[in-house]
Amino acid sequence: MNEQQRIRRERLRWHSRRALLELDLVMRRFWQSQPELLDDLQAEQLECLLAMEDHDLWELLSGRQEPADPALQGMVALLRQPAGF
Amino acid sequence: MKVTVRKFDAVIVGAGGAGLRAAIQLSEAGLKTAVLSKVFPTRSHTVAAQGGVAASLGNSEEDHWHWHMYDTVKGSDWLGDQDAIEFMCKKANEVVIELEHYGMPFDRLDNGRIYQRPFGGHMSNFGEKPVRRSCAAADRTGHAMLHAMYQRNVKANTQFFVEWLALDLIRDAEGDVLGVTAMEMETGDLYAFHAKATIFATGGAGRIYYSSTNAFINTGDGAGMAARAGIPLEDMEFWQFHPTGVAGAGVLITEGVRGEGGILRNSAGERFMERYAPNAKDLASRDVVSRAMVTEINEGRGCGPNKDFVLLDITHLPPETIMKRLPGIHEIALQFAGVDALREPIPVVPTCHYQMGGIPTNFKGQVVVPGKRSQNEIVPGFYAAGECACASVHGANRLGTNSLLDLLVFGKSAGESAVDEMKQSPKPHKELPADAFDRTLERLHRLNTQKDGASVHETQLDMQRTMQKHAGVFRFADLLKQGVQKIIEVQKDVERTEIKDKSKVFNTARVEALELDNLIEVAVATMVSAEARKESRGAHVRDDAPDTPERPDGRDDVNWLKHSLWFKDANRLEYKSVTLRPLTVETIALKKRAY
Repeated sequence: MNEQQRIRRERLRWHSRRALLELDLVMRRFWQSQPELLDDLQAEQLECLLAMEDHDLWELLSGRQEPADPALQGMVALLRQPAGF
Repeated sequence: MKVTVRKFDAVIVGAGGAGLRAAIQLSEAGLKTAVLSKVFPTRSHTVAAQGGVAASLGNSEEDHWHWHMYDTVKGSDWLGDQDAIEFMCKKANEVVIELEHYGMPFDRLDNGRIYQRPFGGHMSNFGEKPVRRSCAAADRTGHAMLHAMYQRNVKANTQFFVEWLALDLIRDAEGDVLGVTAMEMETGDLYAFHAKATIFATGGAGRIYYSSTNAFINTGDGAGMAARAGIPLEDMEFWQFHPTGVAGAGVLITEGVRGEGGILRNSAGERFMERYAPNAKDLASRDVVSRAMVTEINEGRGCGPNKDFVLLDITHLPPETIMKRLPGIHEIALQFAGVDALREPIPVVPTCHYQMGGIPTNFKGQVVVPGKRSQNEIVPGFYAAGECACASVHGANRLGTNSLLDLLVFGKSAGESAVDEMKQSPKPHKELPADAFDRTLERLHRLNTQKDGASVHETQLDMQRTMQKHAGVFRFADLLKQGVQKIIEVQKDVERTEIKDKSKVFNTARVEALELDNLIEVAVATMVSAEARKESRGAHVRDDAPDTPERPDGRDDVNWLKHSLWFKDANRLEYKSVTLRPLTVETIALKKRAY
């Protein structure tokens, strides 16, 4: 991982700190389960999702809404998990 | 390490509800105001506040601020300062209407007035029956509030510094506060915000507990900075455990669920709150409900294979009511408990939720400390508001919907006090002392050079587990005593945390280590204060404080009707008296708190 990738990843990790515990729990599970490197496309998708308002993001990740942009479906599916915290 | 100095009239740390409300006051007065925040303002934890904001508008039925004041004093188990409580309850209508004028989309009645719903502990006519006092915007009250106030700040030219971590308070030899040091996360560069007024609005520190409804950002940064700078922390033994956190996850089920008719049941399906609070039932004060739930569990009437939770039942409510009034609850139950709340009850347990104590202030938002002349001497240039502060309006236990009210009233009040101070006696900035940055530079140097140190993650878990086990919702003398020793051991590990990644730019590991420095101050303050208070009061419930006629529910007014003040140096405790005299009305006299 080069410095540029490290910074991008760290920024994404920080942007995964949310106002809602629900999202913190989902994002922590994601970061704990992910391999070291996100590819560029995944990083871009995650950036789009993390730019959303917390409640709107929660609507997506809880399955109440589907992403308006079908390109985000893959990342949304990765973040969604069944119950079992 | 280079420290760049920037000058402002005021620096506010934290951009949640209290910080944004204070900033409006300062910026609209034409003062140059900086707001520092770890996260984008509308991602502050205020977003999570669902239930509403209390105000005796009386839109649905008769109400009065004096009744609200009575409920708040009673809820506080008489530890709240009655001058501050009167101030807050009287100001409630004003700050709610102001918020409406900022564009806050409150739910409305058919006649166009703000819709109000009942909430635990809020009663009419001095405790007679529940009253509809909570003003809400569906279940997004906090979120809507932050947006309305953020926009207002943008209009007023408040300068936001987003993704900046405040590190330490700057005080001079006279004890005056002259600003804060801070780190820009994007670059890792250090700055000093040199200001005439410094306002802390950093929220609570609920992450000191293992099971918490708080988001991960709630690391008590203001309390930690204040403690390191010699400011005591007040009443830190009082933590509210929300009765209804989803078992196993901590995610909060708002009290509004019970406001709309949700019922707590034990393993026999019994509505057990009828036995504990015959009048208020499921809408009794949070600690009363938490205590009842834990008693049910301890006496073998819990649910599930381990009988370690109770059930929150809304299956009798019309699905359209649930989806309209409580739209998020269905998904939370599904995601974190795996149940369809329309058809099955939700497993819940009491979970750490809110910090009643904090940085001591008066009702003007000015930070006060004991001094030679009085027990409440003002610290020049320093203000605090919201969950990080202790005004003290919540005393030993906060009523639901009084937190959003607290941050509006005291955010505004702190801002107003700072404006008044600067306008009435204009002075240039005091000179920064030569050692202004020393504490910060020492902390960073230690962290950057630590060898064979402790893991930040493991140490944080140790702290959280210690707090959960030794200072949870029910407290025991021997566990508290051991807890003091254990948390001091954990503190030693915090002093030798090590980060592997020493890079400068966007180093989240460094941020987390610095946050832990703040959390541990709060954890130690909590454990030491809790061990010392040998009574039960509000949310501080000790097994060894028996219920007797002289000491109802274990509350000992003769010896313990006083605020704790914990000082970091030598883990020292002092006490100060509770202000029982309100501003204009008669004292609400001590009596047993029963619902």
